[in-house]
Amino acid sequence: MLIEAMLLVTLVGALVVFASPNRYAGRLAFAISLLPLGISLWLYHRFEAVGNIFLGGDPAFETRAIWIDLQPYAIEWWVGVDGISLPLLVLATILATLAIVSAWTPIDERESQFYGLILILETGLIGVFVALDFILWFVFWEVVLIPMYLLIGIWGGPRRKYAAIKFFVYTNVASLAMFIGFVAIVFGLGDAVATFGMPEITAALHDGQLGALAGLDAATLKLAAFLAIFAGFAVKVPMVPVHTWLPDAHVEAPSPVSVLLAGVLLKMGTYALLRFNFTMFDDVAQQLAVPIAILAVISVIYGAMLALAQSDLKRIVAYSSISSMGYVILGLVAYTTYGVGGATFQMISHGLISGLMFMVVGVIYNQTHTRMVGDMAGLADRMPVVVGVFVAGAFAYMGLPLMSGFAAEFMIFYGAFESTVVPSAPLVTAVAMFGIVIVAGYLLWAMQQSLFGPFRLETDEPLGRAPIQDIAPLFVLLALIILLGVDPDIFVTMIQDAADPVAALGGDT
Amino acid sequence: MTYQLAPWTAIAPMLVLVITAMVLYIVDSIYPEREHPQLLSGISVAGTVTAMAIAIWYLAAGTGQHGGEIVLFWDQLVVDGMALFFTVIFTAVASLVIVASYDYVRAQPHQGEYYSLLLLATTGMALMASANSLVMVFIALELASLPSYALVSYLKRNRGSVEAGLKYFLLGALSSTIFLYGISLVYVETGVLQLTAIAGTVGEIENVAILGFGVVLLILGFAFKTASVPFHFWAPEAYEGAPTPISAFISSASKAAGFVIAFRVLIEAFPYEVLLELGIDWVLMIQVIAVATMLLGNFAAAVQENVKRMLAYSSIGHAGYALIGLAALTNPGGTNDLVLAAAMMHLLVYGFMNTGAFLFVALGEHWGVGRTFEDYNGLATQAPIACVAVTVVLLSLAGLPVGGGFLSKYVLFMGAVSAGFWWLAAVGAVVSALSLFYYARLLKAIWIESPPSTRVVDEYPVGLYTAIVLAALLTVVLLPAFFAVAETAQIAAVDLFA
Repeated sequence: MLIEAMLLVTLVGALVVFASPNRYAGRLAFAISLLPLGISLWLYHRFEAVGNIFLGGDPAFETRAIWIDLQPYAIEWWVGVDGISLPLLVLATILATLAIVSAWTPIDERESQFYGLILILETGLIGVFVALDFILWFVFWEVVLIPMYLLIGIWGGPRRKYAAIKFFVYTNVASLAMFIGFVAIVFGLGDAVATFGMPEITAALHDGQLGALAGLDAATLKLAAFLAIFAGFAVKVPMVPVHTWLPDAHVEAPSPVSVLLAGVLLKMGTYALLRFNFTMFDDVAQQLAVPIAILAVISVIYGAMLALAQSDLKRIVAYSSISSMGYVILGLVAYTTYGVGGATFQMISHGLISGLMFMVVGVIYNQTHTRMVGDMAGLADRMPVVVGVFVAGAFAYMGLPLMSGFAAEFMIFYGAFESTVVPSAPLVTAVAMFGIVIVAGYLLWAMQQSLFGPFRLETDEPLGRAPIQDIAPLFVLLALIILLGVDPDIFVTMIQDAADPVAALGGDT
Repeated sequence: MTYQLAPWTAIAPMLVLVITAMVLYIVDSIYPEREHPQLLSGISVAGTVTAMAIAIWYLAAGTGQHGGEIVLFWDQLVVDGMALFFTVIFTAVASLVIVASYDYVRAQPHQGEYYSLLLLATTGMALMASANSLVMVFIALELASLPSYALVSYLKRNRGSVEAGLKYFLLGALSSTIFLYGISLVYVETGVLQLTAIAGTVGEIENVAILGFGVVLLILGFAFKTASVPFHFWAPEAYEGAPTPISAFISSASKAAGFVIAFRVLIEAFPYEVLLELGIDWVLMIQVIAVATMLLGNFAAAVQENVKRMLAYSSIGHAGYALIGLAALTNPGGTNDLVLAAAMMHLLVYGFMNTGAFLFVALGEHWGVGRTFEDYNGLATQAPIACVAVTVVLLSLAGLPVGGGFLSKYVLFMGAVSAGFWWLAAVGAVVSALSLFYYARLLKAIWIESPPSTRVVDEYPVGLYTAIVLAALLTVVLLPAFFAVAETAQIAAVDLFA
């Protein structure tokens, strides 16, 4: 019942905030967001290893009841977590709380609507990571889109309308493709399943129960569904070549929204890829390992090169997210213990690091009212604390040891290197590793241009001291990044418990 | 101790509705000179809510269901799960419309007539749901239609309203004659009018061509009432000109009423497997109509500049979805009760969603906002609660899972796929994705654009607000509570095919 309580307090809290006066909305939303955060930490505290719930594990904190008993497939209320979904749940609740605090300074109109929408977004995010029935999961998946569309569209920058509608159209078409692909699979399974429970569908698929549908034989149907679902999630991740909505959305979105967009929304895509394409359809994923690995490497390198060409700090971080998500895909397709586990840990690590980077860029923007690298120089003298966090975050991005990015990327490279599923895995991994070099290139360049050297600011804003509510979330995130870098086992133990069964599908035991 | 109510009490919802209409006349004639908006709308809404409560009670108690249908007046009326289910739709929509009308007609003359015509139209629809012979179907259809014509032209000093009423009346009269001619052709061949009696004799008729022509004419009559292709073109005109609560009423309740007679007449009187042997494939005709209606309604809605016309075309599109309930019938029919039940579920959810959307336009008219999408710019800053409500309703109409609209569409498309008509589901899914585009245009206007400085919103009409928020709330509640609707609809559908 704890998961239901979490969803309920967040949703009811959203309505309360929506009805509250603008002056108090930010503080109230912060107080309310502590409740789901507290519950998720309690879940973490009480969690015991259960294996992978899609592969025979017994979900922790499970609730299961029939929702709509409709022939031929009943829809259930079925929630529960395992070692893959719980860390993401904790990440989502932490980032939501911090994003709310970091919004206190920049958001100065229609506050109650803003914070209400953030809490609705959080409800959807929690739901995505806990739902085990496909229809229930899809409800939460779509619920996330609507507040995001409005958050970008109302509080965004000058081109917000274009960015919001682009985000909405891209992700919604993707959802439709994915939905159709998955429902086709369920129909193809015929009588082998009686519900939309995803673990049961996985088991039936692994049993080879899939039949023909609409003139397609089982193998073709499976391949077509895999491609539809993969395309749907690739937009969300995003992977090259369907990434173009992301920079627009990030640049136009207000910084607290970018934090959630990069920190958690992108992870919905990689989480779904892991659960659907790499767990349910593991055989197709292994057949297609070469193209998937190539797409992943292209995302890594091309995303990083695009970041290199930008001069807007937010665009730099946005494009580098594409690069980091490429590593996740590479780790997943490797089908090794460290590959899958590292990919999952990278989701958490990148959520924290990209959240920190967007937040710190937001703090700089609050003071300078520009994000252009060429518009500023020598900020280190005037804003030493903020710049210090910026530099620390950038090094975390580059994978400095003792920070979480190092642990995650090391695991991915190690896992990918010894992959038996991807042919000539060491070569592929070596190419992908060049991404790290490029990351270091553009981050060092951007820092050198904007943070160091003699002070210069084109916008002539008076640089004040950043308020404490802007600084505090930065340090919380930085502390978490270092904590996870020093002791990755905080999450890695439970992640491996759930990730190893996936790696075993690829023959790595 | 259990006791049995007398059989005639099965039509209690209809009796309550017609008595309320009469009470309204009496009250209005006691004080003919003065208007009493509170009293009149209070009595009306008490009547519709009582009728709805009785119908829900009967549904919960199992009255007329599980094969125990109650027939009255020498088989002219039947009370079964489907009749009660649709009675709930009509009375619920009527209740919302009456609550909203309180603000809309407060400054107008002849309110007594307005409310009693509304109640009579609702009575007619409830009668349509129970009609068990072609003659009763026709009488009930006219009882529902004649008050509707008058209601559309209620604003008799407004040229648009009168023109819309005239168009609606002329086309309605034409479709009634077509329908009546269809009835006479069927009668010529079968010699009976009671629906199950037709089914009993239809296998031994002599002239298949006459019967087939009769069935085609009947289907065209249904197409008018449900605003489906090819008789859809009255709908945008009538909805645009009518007082907007009446547009909501006609596009939600009246459309559902058209569907209930289509379901009952086609399934009870003209069993698909029997007519197929005679060479009359009415399911094929419905399939053509359904695809055309889905495509035309959604594509036409996408190019509208006027919000009310956009909603009018979207309601045509939704008729196309509901037609899948007949278009995906098969012989032998393993999944027939599923697809029919799915259409019933969709009509119920649609009733709330569509009423909510039209009432939002009524609210806009109340404030003098204007007609086009641009006129609604930035309304969310001035009326956030109504805008949240309409957001929920529109997204649910588009099939996003914020309300019951997602599940009802999903069940419809799933039913079509189960029956083997994956192409019907594919057309539905594609136009449903398109529909998000034109619903989102209104959302973009109210939430994202900035408001014009000239618009003043300083008064918040209680009745309209209550009705819109209730419609949105019911739409949302129907997502978690969908199981109750699904169960009731399935029981009703199984009974109809039995």
